[in-house]
Amino acid sequence: MNAVRDAFERMAEVDVGPTGLNCILWTDEQRALADAAAVDAIPSAGALAGVPFVAKDNIATTHLQTTCGSRILEGYVSPYEATVITRLRDAGAVLVGKTNMDEFAMGSSNEHSAWGPVLNPVDRTRVPGGSSGGSAASVAAGIVRIALGSETGGSVRQPASYCGVVGVKPTYGRVSRFGLVAFASSLDQVGVFGTMVKDAAVALEVIAGRDARDATSADCPVDRYSAAHTNDLKGVVIGKPREYFPKSLDPRIAKLCEDALDALRARGAEVREVSLPHTDLAIPVYYIIAPAEASSNLARFDGVRYGLRVEANGLREMYEATRTRGFGPEVTRRILLGTYVLSAGYYDAYYRKAQEVRTLIAQDFREAFDSGVHLLFTPTTPSVAFEFGAKSDPYEMYLNDIFTATANLAGVPAISVPIGDIEGLPVGGQLIARHFDEQMMFRGAFALEAARTEVS
Amino acid sequence: MAIGADDVRHVAALARLAVPERQIPELVAQLNGILSHMDALGQVKTTGVMAAAGVGDAAMPLRADIGPPIPLARPLESFAPQSRDGFLLVPRLATHESSGDDESVE
Repeated sequence: MNAVRDAFERMAEVDVGPTGLNCILWTDEQRALADAAAVDAIPSAGALAGVPFVAKDNIATTHLQTTCGSRILEGYVSPYEATVITRLRDAGAVLVGKTNMDEFAMGSSNEHSAWGPVLNPVDRTRVPGGSSGGSAASVAAGIVRIALGSETGGSVRQPASYCGVVGVKPTYGRVSRFGLVAFASSLDQVGVFGTMVKDAAVALEVIAGRDARDATSADCPVDRYSAAHTNDLKGVVIGKPREYFPKSLDPRIAKLCEDALDALRARGAEVREVSLPHTDLAIPVYYIIAPAEASSNLARFDGVRYGLRVEANGLREMYEATRTRGFGPEVTRRILLGTYVLSAGYYDAYYRKAQEVRTLIAQDFREAFDSGVHLLFTPTTPSVAFEFGAKSDPYEMYLNDIFTATANLAGVPAISVPIGDIEGLPVGGQLIARHFDEQMMFRGAFALEAARTEVS
Repeated sequence: MAIGADDVRHVAALARLAVPERQIPELVAQLNGILSHMDALGQVKTTGVMAAAGVGDAAMPLRADIGPPIPLARPLESFAPQSRDGFLLVPRLATHESSGDDESVE
């Protein structure tokens, strides 16, 4: 109960509304306190008894709105709850808010929300990253230690890196997507943020595992990730992919990565240079496949079934009026792009080609891991958090995902852990593991975090 | 492959978006800017490479075409003004009937 009350006090203190960080969109304090009291009354409480958490606004909740940061879903309250929310609540956690996000998770800066941008708590003149910027900011601002986000091309790891918190994208299929509003179904995965690696590990072990309501959730055993804590990385081989350390990389980020690799070496890990030769094709591939799938998934927002409906003279006109007013500019742009690459005459040149190159990207990872590497270490992002309005060209914004989108395309798990800062702005390091080897990913992450905590 | 104003109008119509004419030139420029980066894919040799249908090594799981019931927080009847035989009746598009389209709204 106290932790939930503290969360609301902290929300007021940092101002999470539109006049402040703008990171939390919907809350119901009375309901949250009642939920906390109900948990307190149970003698055998779960792993997260009384722990407050927030969830991104594209994860279905039954008493708070689920708008996906979009006008088209303004006022929409889901009649059912996402499995990830149910699992956290069953473990005793208490939902205290829904977080702001780029509209339909399309963006890398949180500047594309219908409800206004989220400010980075570390420096309010800068973006928090996206698309799960509200969740990252809520953790960074000290409101909660656990937050749910979603990943399609880096939407948890990139804001985690920009805000100085931990962010995890699990293996594709590791976590149920029942109740996650679909963006690009071959890429989407629910992810978690934590203040520390252990927070993220506990949250993931609660939400992971097969769900009969999501046929794409895998029937794989879930390890105790929070028990992966070790100081010893003897026998662990960490690959350093040369394509993630180009000459153009900010030398200060490169230096922090070298320090992190030294820390991993000091714990017994062997660091080996590897190559993932198709890395530079990830952005073109991602920005064909994701918009293509989005153009199909977002067809359901037509004014008939959900949220906004703009009356017009005829059915087609009603569809068009609703969608044109309901979707913001980035979503519109991506629907047009996705429709184009799927349209007659362009499908083979763009969509099929992208799917073929995606196979090559996945093969790169398989070959690296088959060569005896257990983990890959890379920077999470090519830069620190940038100022609002700094990236007006859409493709320049897309390049922010250059180090993260590859893991989504290949389906492998990845985590971003803070490894230092540049003039006060956080920098994240990324560890990538084999499919379903979150245990090894957390082992590396715990070691990395411990090394940094010792230094500071 | 450059995209033109007519292409934007065409895909907008396919996507049921009424893009205002004044926005077309900017969209043409932006989409061409984005697509110019996609041309790099054309240089990659992919003969004999299977197009990825999904991710990972696992095949698409098959199950009986039934799922567990969805636990609703509110009764079905509360979602729409009316329901019948377990289906929701949405507001009738009166204007649609005179527009000549043949889609049904119930």
